[in-house]
Amino acid sequence: MLTIRNLNVHYGGIHALRGIDMDIPENKIVTLIGANGAGKSTTLRSIMGLTKISGGSIQYNGEELTMHKTKDIVEKGIVLVPEGRRVFPNLTVEENLILGAYSRKDKEGIKKDMDWVYGLFPRLKERLWQKAGTMSGGEQQMLAVGRGLMSKPKILMMDEPSLGLAPLLVKEIFNIIKEIHRQGMTILLIEQNAKAALEIADYGYVLETGAIVLEGKGKDLLTNDEVKNAYLGDAK
Amino acid sequence: MTFQVFMQHLANGISLGSLYALIAIGYTMVYGILRLINFAHGDIFMIATYVAFYGVMLLGMQLWWIAFPAAIIFTYFFGRLVERAAYRPLRNSPRISVLISAIGVSFLIENLAIVIFGGRPKAFPIPPIFNKIIQIGDVSIVSITFFIPAITLALLVGLVYFINQTKTGMAMRAVSKDYEAARLMAIDVDKIISLTFGIGSILAAVGGIMWGLKFPQLVPLMGLMPGLKCFIAAVVGGIGDIRGAVLGGFILGLGEIMLVAFLPALTGYRDAFAFVLLIVILLIKPTGLMGQKLTEKV
Repeated sequence: MLTIRNLNVHYGGIHALRGIDMDIPENKIVTLIGANGAGKSTTLRSIMGLTKISGGSIQYNGEELTMHKTKDIVEKGIVLVPEGRRVFPNLTVEENLILGAYSRKDKEGIKKDMDWVYGLFPRLKERLWQKAGTMSGGEQQMLAVGRGLMSKPKILMMDEPSLGLAPLLVKEIFNIIKEIHRQGMTILLIEQNAKAALEIADYGYVLETGAIVLEGKGKDLLTNDEVKNAYLGDAK
Repeated sequence: MTFQVFMQHLANGISLGSLYALIAIGYTMVYGILRLINFAHGDIFMIATYVAFYGVMLLGMQLWWIAFPAAIIFTYFFGRLVERAAYRPLRNSPRISVLISAIGVSFLIENLAIVIFGGRPKAFPIPPIFNKIIQIGDVSIVSITFFIPAITLALLVGLVYFINQTKTGMAMRAVSKDYEAARLMAIDVDKIISLTFGIGSILAAVGGIMWGLKFPQLVPLMGLMPGLKCFIAAVVGGIGDIRGAVLGGFILGLGEIMLVAFLPALTGYRDAFAFVLLIVILLIKPTGLMGQKLTEKV
C-alpha cells in the first residue's frame, strides 16, 4: 500500500536518513523501532511532506507522494498522529475532532465517525466542551488519535503514542490500536516501547542512525538477540 | 461641566473607542496568527479611506452605498495582496526579517499614496444620512456618532460568530497555535493566514470610512497616528486576544476624549495619552489586560 524506496533526508549537514526501504501492506500493523535520534520521526515527517527529502521515492498505491503538499497527502488518506500529541489546546475536544475531519464534506459520515471515536474513547465524550489544553496527557493522546481517525484515514501513522503515559494508559492506547487494526486499518507505528510495539506488529523495522539495520516479522524480532540486547533490555 | 456636555463627550468617546477597537482587532488577529506586528495596517486603513473617497467622486454622492462597500471589498483584496507580497515569501525567515518587511511595506504604501493621491488634504464626502444632527433632550449629536458604535457592534458579533462557530474560524484558531498540526489536518495554512489579513483589512476599511465620516480630512499619512494608537490599544488589551483589542480600543478612545474634556489644559497632550497608558500597562501587566501567561502542558 505504501512503498518507500531509498529515502534520503539531509538536515543541514546531517545525513538523517540514508536510503531507507520500507513496505506497509494493507491491513497490517508495521512498526519502526529505534533509539532517540535514529530518524524515526523524520521518516514519518517525510511521508507527510513536512520534511524535505533529498532523494528517493514514497509511493502510495503506485502514486508518487514526494512532490505533494501535506494537505494533499492527508486528503489521500495518510494521516499522522504526531509526536507529543499536538492537540489544539485552545480548542474544545469537539472542535479538535471537527478539525480532524476538516477536508471532508460528508456530514453524515462525519457524524457517524464522531460516534465511532466516542465509542473507542468514551472519555472524550464526557469532555466534549473541555478545552483540550486542560486535559491530562493520556486524554490528549486519545484526542490526538481520535482526531486522526476523524479524517477517515487509509493509513494511520502514530509517532510515539505511549510517550510519557502511565503504564495503565499505555496498555489502553495499545488496546485501542489493536482494536482499530481489527476493524481494518493499516497502521505504521513508531515506538520507543519496542516490546509493546513488536508484540502487536505484523512486521517490524529497526532503524539505527538513519538506516534500516534489521527487519522481520514482529514475533521474530521479539526473539532476535540483537533486538533483545539493544531495545528490549533485560526487563521482561 | 454640565450633564449635556458630558453626554456629548461620552458619545464621542464611545465612537472614537469603536474606531480604535475595529482597527486594533486587525493588529491583534494578525499577531495571533503570525506573531507579527503588521505595520502596514494603518496604511491599509488609509488606502480604504482614499478608495472610498475616489469611489464617491466617481459615482456621485447619492451612490455612496455602492462606493463604500466597493472600497471595503477592494481593501480586503489589498490586505491579502500585502500579505502575499511582503510576508508570505518570508514565512520561514527569522522574525526580524518579516518585521523589517512590514516597516518597508508601510513606507512603500505611504509614499506611493503621496505620489498617487497627492500630499494635499482632501475633504471626505459625507452623505447627508451621516451628517444629521440628532437631538436627545438638550444633547445634540451628529448621527455618525451613533452609526459608529452600532456598526462596530454588528461587526464584532459577526466576527465572534465566525471565529467561534464556523469551521474556518476553528481552523484559524488552530493555525494560531500550531501550523504543523494544522497542516496535518489538511488545513491550507497559507490560505488561512491570507484570510486573516483579509478580515483584518475589512475591519480596518470600515473603520477608515467611518473615520473619514467623523474626521473628514484625508492625507496620505492619516493612518500613522491611528495605526500607532490602535497597536497600543491591542497591546494594552493583551495582543493576540480579540476581546482585549476591543477593550483596549475603548479605554484609549474614552480616555483620550475624557482627558481633553476634564483637563482642557492638557489638550495638547492628547496623543501622548496612549503612550503613557502603554508605558503604565507594560510596567504593571506586560501581557496586557486580557493577556494570559502562556502555560504549556506536557
